[in-house]
Amino acid sequence: MLLIVDHVTEYHYDRPVRGVVQSHRLTPTRCEAQKVLDWTVSVSGGVQGGSFRDGAGDWVQSWTVAGPVTDITVHVQGRVQTFDTAGILKGNREPVPPEAWLRDTALTTPDEAVRALAASVAGQEPLSAAHALSVAVAEAISYRTGATYAQTTAAEALALGEGVCQDHAHALIAAARVAGMPARYVSGYLFTDQDEIRHEAAHAWGEIFIPGFGWIGFDPANRCCPDTRYIRLGCGLDAAEAAPIRGVSRGSGEESLSVTVAVQTQEQ
Amino acid sequence: MTTYFNEMYDGDTVRGPYARLGDWTASMPADKRLAKQAEAEALFRRIGITFAVYGEGGDPDRLIPFDMFPRVFTNSEWAKLERGIKQRARALNAFLVDVYGRGEIVRAGRIPANLVYQNEAYERAVSGFVPPKGVYSHIVGVDIVRTGPTDFYVLEDNCRTPSGVSYMLESREMMMRMFPALFRENRIAPIDHYPEVLRRTLASVAPAKCDRDPTVVILTPGHFNSAYYEHSFLADLMGVELVEGADLFVEGEFVYMRTTEGPKRVDVIYRRIDDAFIDPLCFRPDSMLGVPGLMDVYRSGGVSICSAPGAGVADDKAVYTYVPEMVRFYLGEEPILNNVPTWKCANADDLGHVLSNLGELVVKEVHGSGGYGMLVGPKSTKAQIEEFRALILADPGNYIAQPTLALSTTPTFVEEGIAPRHVDLRPYCLVGERIELVPGGLTRVALREGSLVVNSSQGGGVKDTWVLAE
Repeated sequence: MLLIVDHVTEYHYDRPVRGVVQSHRLTPTRCEAQKVLDWTVSVSGGVQGGSFRDGAGDWVQSWTVAGPVTDITVHVQGRVQTFDTAGILKGNREPVPPEAWLRDTALTTPDEAVRALAASVAGQEPLSAAHALSVAVAEAISYRTGATYAQTTAAEALALGEGVCQDHAHALIAAARVAGMPARYVSGYLFTDQDEIRHEAAHAWGEIFIPGFGWIGFDPANRCCPDTRYIRLGCGLDAAEAAPIRGVSRGSGEESLSVTVAVQTQEQ
Repeated sequence: MTTYFNEMYDGDTVRGPYARLGDWTASMPADKRLAKQAEAEALFRRIGITFAVYGEGGDPDRLIPFDMFPRVFTNSEWAKLERGIKQRARALNAFLVDVYGRGEIVRAGRIPANLVYQNEAYERAVSGFVPPKGVYSHIVGVDIVRTGPTDFYVLEDNCRTPSGVSYMLESREMMMRMFPALFRENRIAPIDHYPEVLRRTLASVAPAKCDRDPTVVILTPGHFNSAYYEHSFLADLMGVELVEGADLFVEGEFVYMRTTEGPKRVDVIYRRIDDAFIDPLCFRPDSMLGVPGLMDVYRSGGVSICSAPGAGVADDKAVYTYVPEMVRFYLGEEPILNNVPTWKCANADDLGHVLSNLGELVVKEVHGSGGYGMLVGPKSTKAQIEEFRALILADPGNYIAQPTLALSTTPTFVEEGIAPRHVDLRPYCLVGERIELVPGGLTRVALREGSLVVNSSQGGGVKDTWVLAE
């Protein structure tokens, strides 16, 4: 499938700030499921900083914007040809072994509910356990926007029983780690056709390491594994680490944010 | 009754390295000694070398006690220590490069994966990164104790930012000023080139993008930090700038420092602040001490950070037990220096042994430092032991235990004259393009009679440490 992305993030500061530094994971992963035809990221008034590929294979690009500044626009545009690999991440070069993805973070610290989820798949083969976990998370957290926020933990979302894709992904990876399966948070884009408008085009899901297969994506929010509708950008131990854009501003201006993401397809 | 190795006296015989110190002591009756001590204290006070003690209250600018009686090693004793320390520094750095890369030592089953990857000090933010020259820990402080004529043990490694080297340099300076004759009578290897070797070491790990004579700075948390004196002292002696986070900023691919002549690019940062605080964008967002965006510049080869973020995973007390294994795995050599046998309370068998022998063991927190949160069994009351038993049971993984070592003693000036007191040694191994070690290190002495805790935060003092050139 040919996916066309147009992603605009606008930052506004109510008072000018002295400068902004950003770290982007906004480049599609180099893997067999996706081939980049063209891709550009621009930052208004920005100076391109250093870039590197991290231990998980993600491309990180930093930017700085000198102040005083009140408005910054980050614009991502590109076209990606996608292929179905049954959710398996193939061809991504990452030196660091999967055991590095078993640790908790503040957002994924397990509680009783997370442990119960993990226990519900105990004894199964890793692959079926991972599928079962994904289903169990979808049942445990129903989709509703506005119920949770960026700092909601996996445990809190489970207690609430409601959330968005970020909460599904956190609950999934938290439970998988309890079950001894390396797991990570993935951020990216999702193409949704008109019948299915409930999910935003900026999306998140989980990846679980299954011996013999490698990393496999699981998207509890859509009860599937990533296919040709998905573009993978980067991963981390949780949403904070995997964020496509992380930024810090110097100065006391209050930040407000507006994001529009459009992912379209062009049949060939 | 434990007997302790006395480094000066073997019965009534004076051991070789101390042979020429007998006359010196005889030449100092009590009144002269007291006068010299007062002189030393006045000098230390004047140059401002003080050490704030955490958690004890009292005078934050308390002087660290200086004992004038030097601690002496022969050239051959030192040669073995030097080989052992350098070997350890090489293995620790090989380990760090490995665990942030493919993790061969974990894949080979030589160290448990969870001990590495679920360690608090493991920084995922640097995974996949190899710092310049493959060095993570540029200053390795190896704490060594002696229990016999040829028996040395490594107590712990300090791979992050070991402090105390200013005391090593000042103690020597003080001794040379007060007792110049001693330095004519004994051939003592010099150590005053340490700042120059440190500067050269730091410059040798300049980043890939640095195409000129590298600009080195020391990054300090500020004057309220207990080691601030040392930060400014080293900056002075190396002839480099001492900066705080607010003096640095990131623009584009590089880090700059604000100067009166405008921004100046910085190539190597010797940081004396913890990982968690160096970059609010990457680590703790509430940090006011760091430089936003620093880690991205670092990872993309625009600046070097010493020690490298993430180096702490090698000096964790539970990882310590695997250092001999690292020496074998990476270097294919047998360790020259011994580890102290260590029980890990995380293991059920070890825990049982520890709980049944608390009265004889030293128990430490895995992440503790500075002599806090530890139990010295033989020196503790029943109540203290029981208190520790409860702590260990509540969180076994947080504790390790070691036998109470019979730390060697050296003669030390005390109120009644001269008496043996327990000592340890912290040499500072510098790792860059080359591995270098100035002869000696910081000798810490437990000034209280019978005490085995030498930490300056626990009432320990310091001595000048001599390595004889012949």
